[in-house]
Amino acid sequence: MLARVLLCARPVSTNLPVLTRRLAQFTPHMDPGPGGRPVETAIRTKLTDALEPEHLEVHNESHMHAVPPGSESHFRVLVVSPRFDGHSLIQRHRLVNEALREELSSCVHALAIQAKTPTQWGSNPSVAKSPPCMGGSKGDRTVEEKLAAGRE
Amino acid sequence: MNHLVRASARCLRPASLLWRRAVPVVPVPVVPVGRFLSAATDMQQTLGEMVKKDKVVVFIKGTPAQPMCGFSNAVIQILRMHGVEDYAAYNVLDDQDLRQGIKEFSNWPTIPQVYINSEFLGGCDILLQMHQNGDLVEELNKLGIRSALVEAETESK
Repeated sequence: MLARVLLCARPVSTNLPVLTRRLAQFTPHMDPGPGGRPVETAIRTKLTDALEPEHLEVHNESHMHAVPPGSESHFRVLVVSPRFDGHSLIQRHRLVNEALREELSSCVHALAIQAKTPTQWGSNPSVAKSPPCMGGSKGDRTVEEKLAAGRE
Repeated sequence: MNHLVRASARCLRPASLLWRRAVPVVPVPVVPVGRFLSAATDMQQTLGEMVKKDKVVVFIKGTPAQPMCGFSNAVIQILRMHGVEDYAAYNVLDDQDLRQGIKEFSNWPTIPQVYINSEFLGGCDILLQMHQNGDLVEELNKLGIRSALVEAETESK
């Protein structure tokens, strides 16, 4: 009986040729899909037109949330613009919200914003990280409607 | 109409209160059309009262005990770090009218939303920056709330 157990438990060699094929580097959030990245493009264009940034980063963070692959629903933007000089944080964020009013009322469900002046960016050139998702988008009717709007 | 009255009552009810009726609900008489306020106006009025009722008010997804969103959780954690325990938290996932209403009320498209002393502060990003640069400690100070982080710093000196 013990011999039979040991037979089952013996280590199997993992150096089989079929297992050594390297998996392709698959990053679904970077795969633009057949329709490109229309929402990301729109965000980039509108922020550029409205705020004339010296530096702009638009990150699609949808893959970090409970939405289907290829979604464009959750974004993080970093905008560095002299237009923010003299504006409080909330005023800066409102400028960004205003520029993206259409996207925010249709397909974009979450927008994390960093709005810096060129001086602030120069002294601290870092992009904040979004907190881990807690699954709230799953089964959320509002998010589902927004995803449907994004696909049209 | 009844559902509007109930919706307004639901918003005013504290989040922790669980209330079950032992007897069937007596139907509320229908209000004449001329004196009827739109549901949206009712909600805006209710929200105006909600943000004034408590010094610190947050609109989040989920509850402080069980947040349903990473950004909402970040707001809860920041308040916890500062030792702010006495605040009102409204779960927008419970009520779609509340969820839409607060976005219109604040003219702010996303959740979470933070109100301090009846004034809209912003969302998670702004609260985080205020926490990092010390502005949040000052804001809490103005309300007579001494941040736990200040106390901890004083003790360590």
